[in-house]
Amino acid sequence: MSELMPVILALTILIGGVAGAAVLTWFERRLLGVWQDRYGPNRLGPFGIGQVAADMIKLLFKDDWVPPFADRLVFIFAPTAIVVAMMMGFAVVPFAPGMMIIDVNIGLLFFLGMTSLAVYSVLLGGLASNNKYALLGGLRSAAQMVSYEVFMGLSLIGVVMMSGSFSLVDIVEAQTDVWFCFSQILGLIVFIIAGIAESHRLPFDLPEAEHELTAGFHTEYGGMKFAMFMLGEYLGLMLISCMIVTLFFGGWHGPMLIGDWLPPFFWFSLKVFVVICFFVLLRAAIPRPRYDQLMSLGWKVMLPITLVNIIVTGAVLLWMEGVA
Amino acid sequence: MLEIVLFYIAATVALVATVMAMTRANAIHALIYLIVSLLAVAVIFFLIGAPFAAALEIVIYAGAIMVLFVFVIMMLNLGEKGDKQERQWLQPSIWAGPAILSVVLLIELVMVISQTSGPVSITAVSAKEVGLSLFGPYVLAVEIASMLLLAGLVGSFHLGRRYLERDNLEKQGGQ
Repeated sequence: MSELMPVILALTILIGGVAGAAVLTWFERRLLGVWQDRYGPNRLGPFGIGQVAADMIKLLFKDDWVPPFADRLVFIFAPTAIVVAMMMGFAVVPFAPGMMIIDVNIGLLFFLGMTSLAVYSVLLGGLASNNKYALLGGLRSAAQMVSYEVFMGLSLIGVVMMSGSFSLVDIVEAQTDVWFCFSQILGLIVFIIAGIAESHRLPFDLPEAEHELTAGFHTEYGGMKFAMFMLGEYLGLMLISCMIVTLFFGGWHGPMLIGDWLPPFFWFSLKVFVVICFFVLLRAAIPRPRYDQLMSLGWKVMLPITLVNIIVTGAVLLWMEGVA
Repeated sequence: MLEIVLFYIAATVALVATVMAMTRANAIHALIYLIVSLLAVAVIFFLIGAPFAAALEIVIYAGAIMVLFVFVIMMLNLGEKGDKQERQWLQPSIWAGPAILSVVLLIELVMVISQTSGPVSITAVSAKEVGLSLFGPYVLAVEIASMLLLAGLVGSFHLGRRYLERDNLEKQGGQ
């Protein structure tokens, strides 16, 4: 059984990830509707959930077209890269005790590696399209993602210092008593912002920026290839939410005062759900910054914050060691 | 046994991808092959007991440095003309000489390797051990590398700033 566990879990994640992303498209639009005082898709089926099926059918039956001026091989390769990379990222997420595909001692670095590989999808998609808007979108995403990857990695150093391990299971175990969202509040804030920038969702969706770049890097994409980009984006959203819960909100542990009286997986998915809702709220509430504002926010605000966080965390840890 | 099979698969992928990276006329295709080659090398690192180095290979080489390479290629906008020029440079008369000489070196290398004893025992090196040795015996090298990086950072800032100042001056002159 334990031999088969990773295989079963991998298949579950594969199917669940795709289905979850599909449902998220509808859920996000409904939730945005609530916050922007309108309905959203509410016609098809109960609460409009049939919209998911309608969208799927539409995307599946669209002509799978490659523009004649595009670099054909790279054009087709680009959307698959983001889906594969994000799916690989789920391999190290600990959903519950023992319920994970692989517990490597470099789990956190593996996650960072996979998110950094996802950049290629946007970059190559924008380049292969051979289109000015797509190229601009790709260029923006390259600069944005390379910059925010730095803060994303640095913001997690505090968590690693406190738990003394890169293994995600060890990090969750270290939060049995107190979650890291209190002691690592600076790291949490930076990680959330960098996470949105990495998954290029709305406040930071400058690679797409439909007001100025039509649709940015996926201007030339349609049908299932476009759907792959969307799937990758929602998988990225789910992966970042899972990581926020794992690293800062105690993973599978129940809330501190209430205790662990419900199954661990329930607590984990409940927290992930809340984080996803928070991301949708951010999308509804915050306008898109200008490109130079985005970059100066990163290098002039986020970088100093993460460095201060690392220094203070290290000092406090050394001081506590001296006291004990 | 499984490790050896996996190692040879990853090594073959790395070799084929590297050869493809060298022979592609299109710069972007070559870069994609190079990324694949780096990923294969990361798998090899993982198999021979260096998971930390494997992770860094993916995060830094495949995930950051190669992104900058692609970024530069995007800025240059080579297109069809670049491919044509690259194909001209890839004439056999140009690469035949160096290739023959390096084959001689390769044969020597294979002979040297085949004379050494069998595979060394594999011990996994954890991230903690890497950190301890970086800030223990190798601390001087780490400090020198950080100074070099700082110098590079200051240098590029200086170069970028000079253009910025000149642009501002021109703007003021126009008014």
